[in-house]
Amino acid sequence: MSETKPKNKFKLPTAAELKEGQIWKSVFRHKLDETPRNRSLAVLSNVFLHLHPAKINRDAVRYNYTWGMGGITFYLFLVLTITGVLLMFYYHPSKGQAYRDIMYLMHDVPFGNFTRNMHRWAAHAMIITTWLHMFRVFLTGSYKPPREFNWNIGVLLLLFTMLLSFTGYLLPDDQLGFWAVTVGTNMARATPVMGSEGPFGPQLGFTAFNDVRFAILGGSIVDANALLRAYIWHCVAIPIIASVLMIVHFWRIRKDGAISGPAPVMIEQDLSGPVAKKA
Amino acid sequence: MDWHQLIKITTAPDNVPIVLMLFLMPFYTWYGLKQSFANDRLIERLEADPELAKTHHRKTQPFVKGWDSTVHVWPYLLKIEFLAMIIVTLILVVWSIFLDAPLEEPANPNLTMNPSKAPWYFLGLQEMLVYFDPWIAGVVLPGIILGGLMAIPYIDVNPRGNGYYTYKQRKFSIWMFFIGFLVLWLVLIVIGTFIRGPGWMWFWPGETWDHHRIVHAMNRNLHEFIGIKDSEVWKAAGFGATVVGAYFVLGGLLCDRLFRKFATEMFKKQNFAQYATTIALTVMMFGLPIKMILRLGFNVKYVMATPWFNI
Repeated sequence: MSETKPKNKFKLPTAAELKEGQIWKSVFRHKLDETPRNRSLAVLSNVFLHLHPAKINRDAVRYNYTWGMGGITFYLFLVLTITGVLLMFYYHPSKGQAYRDIMYLMHDVPFGNFTRNMHRWAAHAMIITTWLHMFRVFLTGSYKPPREFNWNIGVLLLLFTMLLSFTGYLLPDDQLGFWAVTVGTNMARATPVMGSEGPFGPQLGFTAFNDVRFAILGGSIVDANALLRAYIWHCVAIPIIASVLMIVHFWRIRKDGAISGPAPVMIEQDLSGPVAKKA
Repeated sequence: MDWHQLIKITTAPDNVPIVLMLFLMPFYTWYGLKQSFANDRLIERLEADPELAKTHHRKTQPFVKGWDSTVHVWPYLLKIEFLAMIIVTLILVVWSIFLDAPLEEPANPNLTMNPSKAPWYFLGLQEMLVYFDPWIAGVVLPGIILGGLMAIPYIDVNPRGNGYYTYKQRKFSIWMFFIGFLVLWLVLIVIGTFIRGPGWMWFWPGETWDHHRIVHAMNRNLHEFIGIKDSEVWKAAGFGATVVGAYFVLGGLLCDRLFRKFATEMFKKQNFAQYATTIALTVMMFGLPIKMILRLGFNVKYVMATPWFNI
């Protein structure tokens, strides 16, 4: 009689069974078979993808229209965040130590040199893709109504991308960064009205010790305070500002119809004749 | 021809992006214009045939009746985004394996780098320092560039070309952007990267960087050309102010004439503030190449020199 009662043997569930189980269902809330509903849910029920709508203009997925530069810029920002955080584990923003940390990263830390290289080259690439993105948006007239304000957010993002790169330049504390930042911030000395060497600056009582350059560097020369300030701007402040701007930028894109696709061309008759007005 | 010097500049790791830009910018300019011209041909065809315009899908991209006008983001867009991520990652990995980020000697305030160059994307601004004082080149002009960029959507009243490539329908704005971005901004960067050597002196590509070269500065202020001495402060300042003022007034009037003639519609549609901004930005933008020519060709130092500021 004992043979009829099967032994309580543990059996690994199959993939199909897993997908019916509670754990799977708690994570993925939709089925996976290829139905329009599931394809939509895959995007709409995913926090990372829900910035996309379920469907977009069929021509928007072509490379020739958008060049993909905005998306690549954002991806490079993510790469820079990840490699940047890894570098921060080994970096002290203090005079003397900073340079030694870079040497340590280059020669001793596993993949340290690779991480640093990738951070550097992704930063350069991000400047290029930002410019190309702006170039494309201009050529397709995508700053025109209703996207005027988003173009302005984009201009600010362009500025902050370049400032991110510039503040990062000083961090290795080598000759290259030191003199580049010296040259760069020396220009601030010449700010009209607020710089010690700018038009009407000295007349208003600005000296090298209280002008706008002093505020940027936290001193009258590029030294320990400037290094710390560059570090904070580079790793904390500007990424936060840029992230907020990116949220606005992407949200606006989404509200204006997501990734832009080519619009139907307008002809002169649309502007005057009876044919349109609806366009 | 000093090939070693040329190779040293072009293969400096930090100059790789600008060498890359030399290929990328022409490519994407061609790529964008190619599509613009294709759209222009379509527009011409539709304008000539209004009946076709009513039924045509009005894009150069292929379209067959019955096709959906939209596609699902998953998988059609996401797979492309994923592919783009992989390709970019691959490029970065290869780039990072084969090329090391530069690291110079530790920072030393007592040892000036010569030439001491900003990162490549700021070399346009640094090159402007040759032609203008720092308060203009480093503060005012970047401010105007950013402000001007931000003003574009509000002064461009042309309703055409919203969301598609076209040249014919937007000649004016496209020419202005090409001059500002491709010609001025990028050419200045190329000059700053490849031409400028020690002492920020002009070295043609392939010319050896001579650290001991001396150039006798023969630059004179504009007022000296007509015999006003530097010591005659008020006379010089007055003359300079007149010239600068005249440039803006005459340049503005010339723009006004040209706009009325060639950009009639823009002229009619813009309100006064928009029109004035367009003219001011145009006049200021062309001020840069004019100052460059005055400086490089005629050794003019300042157009307007005063004890407080110079232009």
